[in-house]
Amino acid sequence: MKAVYFAWVRERVGKAEEELEPPSTVTTVGDLIAWLAARGDGYAHAFEKPSTIRAALDKVHARHEAALAGAAEVAFFPPMTGG
Amino acid sequence: MATIRVQREDFDAAAESTALARGRMDVGAVVSFVGYCRDEGGRLATLELEYYPGMAEAEMARVAREAESRWRLIGVTAIHRFGKIAPGEQIVCVVVAAAHRGEAFAAAEMMMDFLKTRAPFWKRAIRADGAAEGWVEAKGEDDSAAARWDAAG
Repeated sequence: MKAVYFAWVRERVGKAEEELEPPSTVTTVGDLIAWLAARGDGYAHAFEKPSTIRAALDKVHARHEAALAGAAEVAFFPPMTGG
Repeated sequence: MATIRVQREDFDAAAESTALARGRMDVGAVVSFVGYCRDEGGRLATLELEYYPGMAEAEMARVAREAESRWRLIGVTAIHRFGKIAPGEQIVCVVVAAAHRGEAFAAAEMMMDFLKTRAPFWKRAIRADGAAEGWVEAKGEDDSAAARWDAAG
C-alpha cells in the first residue's frame, strides 16, 4: 500500500510518501502505526505519541481501530489546523 | 451542488457572495465568512499552509453536503488557500445562500467549525523575529466548537 505523510509527521519520517509492505499481522491503522514506529529513529519520533496521530484510508478519515483491508492509500498527519 | 476550491491564489469573497444570489429570486439571505491571517501581535511573519491534495477537496465537499442535509440551502461555496499567506491576507471563505437568514448563518458557522477540525490543512508559522518556525498546534476549543454540532445533530 502507498503511505503518505503530512506536516511534522512528514518531516520526522523524512519523506512525503513511500510504498509499504507490512506483514499480515498488521491489520488495523493502529497496528500499522506501531509497526512504523519500530522502523527507525525518524519513524519512532513521528509516531512516539500514537494518540496525536490522525489517519486517513483512501482520503477518508479513519480511526486507529479501522481495518486496513483493501485500502490503497494510507495517510498519517497531525491534528488539522486549517481554517 | 456546492462549489469547492483549494487554491494558492487569493479569492474575491464579495464576488463569490454576489454569484450565489445572481439571477435568483428565491434567495433571501447570503452569509459569508472570511478567515484572515493574523500577525499575532507582530510575532508572525508568514503562515505556510500544507494540505492533502484530493482529500482536502473531498472533505470540504463532505462538510458542504452535511450542511445541505441539515438545512434547506440554495447555494454553498467553500474556498481554502494553501502556500505562503502573510498577515492581513485571506485564508478561507465559506458562503451560504438560503431563503432565510437563520439557516444561512447556522450552515456557515457549522461549515467553518467542521472545516477547521476535518479538512486536512496544516499551518506552519514563520516568526517575525527569526526564531524557530513551528507547526501551529490544534486547539481544543476548535474540537469543542465542532462537537456541539454533533450533539445538536
